[in-house]
Parts: sequence; structure tokens; C-alpha cells
Amino acid sequence: MRTRAGRGPAVGRAPLRLLLPAALAVAFLTLPLVALLTRTPWSQLLGRLTSQAVLQALRLSVVTSLAAVAVVTVVGVPLAWALARLDFPGRSLVRALVIVPLVLPPVVGGVALLTAFGRRGLVGAPLDTAFGLTLPYTTAAVVVAHTFVALPFFVLSVEGALRATDREFDVVAATLGASRWTTFRTVSLPLAGPGLLAGLVLAWARALGEFGATITFAGNFPGTTRTMPNAIYVELQSDPDAALVLSVILMAVSVAVLALLRDRWFDVAVQGAVRR
Amino acid sequence: MRARTKDRARHGVAAVAVVLLPALTLTGCGSGGSDRGAQTGTLTVLAASSLTEAFTTLARDFERDHPGTHVRLSFDSSATLAEQVDQGAPADVLATADQETMRTVVDAGNTAGPPTVFATNHLVLAVPRGDPAHIRRFRDIARPGVEYVVCVASAPCGKLAAKVLAASGITAEPASEEVDVKAVLTKVRLDEADAGLVYASDIVTAGNQVEKVDVPTAHQNLNTYPVAALSGAAKPALAKAWVELVTSPTGRKVLAHDGFGAP
Repeated sequence: MRTRAGRGPAVGRAPLRLLLPAALAVAFLTLPLVALLTRTPWSQLLGRLTSQAVLQALRLSVVTSLAAVAVVTVVGVPLAWALARLDFPGRSLVRALVIVPLVLPPVVGGVALLTAFGRRGLVGAPLDTAFGLTLPYTTAAVVVAHTFVALPFFVLSVEGALRATDREFDVVAATLGASRWTTFRTVSLPLAGPGLLAGLVLAWARALGEFGATITFAGNFPGTTRTMPNAIYVELQSDPDAALVLSVILMAVSVAVLALLRDRWFDVAVQGAVRR
Repeated sequence: MRARTKDRARHGVAAVAVVLLPALTLTGCGSGGSDRGAQTGTLTVLAASSLTEAFTTLARDFERDHPGTHVRLSFDSSATLAEQVDQGAPADVLATADQETMRTVVDAGNTAGPPTVFATNHLVLAVPRGDPAHIRRFRDIARPGVEYVVCVASAPCGKLAAKVLAASGITAEPASEEVDVKAVLTKVRLDEADAGLVYASDIVTAGNQVEKVDVPTAHQNLNTYPVAALSGAAKPALAKAWVELVTSPTGRKVLAHDGFGAP
């Protein structure tokens, strides 16, 4: 008999009409992954894992996705806070604009980035003439593409978390003499901890799997811009078996990281933050 | 309730079609007396992206010569198309930009017969209009600071690019390996690359949006384009007719107009 809050007999048996669709959803999501695993030529796994090309792509993917997450956090938290806590004209418009990259096909996102930051782009052309700086074909461009697609996930998640926390806490902190910055740092943000973590994970996962915007905007060259998804696409054209192996490697990396962030970690993170 | 009624209506339409289609086919046979026009409906043609303009023109001719047919064209990298065919994509004809890619489909038993070579293509260097990086000769792409793009090595245009680069002794690395030749052209057209190795046919179809620089060993390094009806074709007679059109004098003319060479 489990008696933990929300799961025990006190609230009654879980209704079948919820359980069945839930099971169906799990099956639907896992079946393609299982199918992928059954088709994977496992004997090639070790050889591929130690190949220079794969290590290079994997390293690039990890570095660029983490860099993107860092950028996303630095600008995303303030944006989420502004959307959740400030009343300003055009707020719903700003929120809509933040969501747009979610609905854009990533390839279109890549073209949009080119027209903005390409060497003939709106911002890119002046940068090129003034400083001789061009973004495409560089690792920095990969980070830009990742940030573009990952930021909306993060902002939505953190904004939701900030909204869910009781605004009264902010008011209490203010009456006790805390400045708005102190309130944000010591009250709002810690309370939004789980949402923040969820946002980080979502943004990171989205960046790690990013393909369309990256290949369109940043290009595709080993070592500088060929991330794992790019490498998988290239292999898919010449050696589908190799592409499967690379996909499994990418999946394994993400599952490993997500498993490290078990529920418990979320709880600890939140409690620790609140106690502080 | 409404959904069910709609369903029934749809069944009705399907039933009518089932009754009518053989009748139409029979009429076609009876009146025409030849195997031409024996089939109507949609013909699905998968073709290398470099064939986009030529095949679009030929599709119009085909639809005019075969009333009641519609040609559905899908252009992509040859390797992607070959993979799609091998995965059972419903298609009637496949045309690739090299024989190596076609061979994988033949070896898998997915062609209805041996492929026919119908065109050749060679590489040229495309530079943005006005040639901002001052690339006058092919060798100029090796100059430091020049950003040129090529097709990825798994695509036919990438394999060919590797050959002409090696033949000219150019070891400078490209800025990027694009997924297919149209992606290379796009980078040049947008002036996001100083140069790109594309097919002669791409230069013709791009019009005055890019400029051409000749590649020294291009004519010794040709790609030959094979076309084949597929064994899984839903419209085998139409597929055969398409292959005939592509290899006919009319087909040659259209292909030559778009910069392709004769086989």
C-alpha cells in the first residue's frame, strides 16, 4: 500500500479511462525507439564510438548545446521574469513572438538567421564591413542556431513556473524591505526552481537534436559545424547502418543525462534553494 | 453520425471509381489500339535535384501527350531518393545523378529493368553575381580567406567535386559540405559563399543570379544520369513511357537546353 500524497488510496483508484490513453501514449513514443534499437547493427557500435569523426561530432554537439543552454539561461530567465511579473503594453505580442520559432520549420529558421546574421544579412553585413566578422560556417553560428530554437522552450517553461508561484511571496518580501532584485534572487527564482530545471533540460535536449537550422545557417563541416544530427543525416545518405549507430549513441547520451536528473534531484534542488 | 455519413459518401465515390476505372482503361485500349494511353492517373517520378527544371518541363509535355495523367515529381538528393525507394516509397520512376547510386537500387532488385543513361553533367564553379571575391580562375578558391562550398561526399556532386579538386591539386578545405547541389547553389545565390561547385545545368537554370567559372578537368569527370522504371511501379506502362520520353529526341532537346550533355 502506497500512501504518499496524491498516489494513495485516499483519492481512489486510478480511472481506466485515464490509464489506457496514458499507456497508449507511452507505447506510441517508445515503439519507434525500440524499433530503431532492433535495427541497429550493435557489432559496429564500439568501432563507431571510437572513430575520430564520431568523437568529433559528439564533442561538438555537447559543447555547442551546453553553450546554447548557457546563453539561453542568461537571457531567458530575465525575459521569463519580465513576461511573468511586469505589466507592459504589448506583452502578449512579445510572448507570441517568443513562441514563433517553435512553429517555424527549423530550415526556415536557418534561412531567417542567414538573412539576419549572414554576411549579407541585416545585422551580418554591417558586422562584416565594420569588423570583418562573419558568422556562417563557424562553431559560434551553431550556438546561435541552437539558441534560436531552444530559447522559446526555456522561456515558456520558466514563465509558467514563475506564474505558478504565489505572487504574495513577492509582496511579503517587498514589505520586509527587499528590493525587487533581491526578491527575484532569493524568492521568485528559487520557488520557480523545478520549472527552471525543466526548462534547462528541454532547451538542452532541443539544442542537442537541432538539425535544420544548423545545417542551413551554420553549414556542415567536420570539426567546426558538423554536429551529431548533421553527421547522422550525412551517414543516412551513404551508410544507413552507420546512421542508426550514431542515432543510438546520441540517444544514449541524452538518456544518461536525463536519468541523472531524476525526480529526486528536482526536489533536492528546490528544497535547497528555498532553505538558502 | 455525421462522420459516418461522410464515410459512406466516400465509399460511394470509391465504388464509382472502381467501376469506372477499368471501363476507362478498356476504352483507351479499344480506341487507341496501341499501348500508349492504356494507363491514366498519377505517375510518380523521383529525380535528382539537378533535374528539377528539365523534368518539370518534360512533365508538362508528358501530361499533354497522355491525357488524363498527372506527373508527380519529387526532387531530392539522389542518395535520399535511392534510400526512399529501397524503403518501399510508392514511386514509378527513379532518375539519379550518378550510376553508383542507381546501382544500389538495381542491386536491391527494385528496378523493373536495366537503367538507361540519358544525360551527362559536369561541374562548374558558381560565384555570386559581381564576383565579390574576385574569383577568375578555378584555382582562386584555394586563396586564403575564400569561402567555397561543395556537396557532401555522399552525394554524387560531392564525389565529383572531390575528383576535380584533386585533379587540380587543390587542398584548401571548403567552408561547408551541403546536402545537395541546390543547397550549394542557394549559398552562392544568397552571397553567403564566395564560390560553389555546381553542375553546368544548375548555372543554366539559375540564369543571371550567379556567374560561371570553368573547372579545368570538368569534361574528364562527367556524371552520367541513369533513369529506370521501378519494380514497385503502380503504373508500369506510364513509367515505361516516361523513360522513353526522357531518352527521346524531345527529351534530349529539353535536357540540352538546360545545360546537360548527351550520353
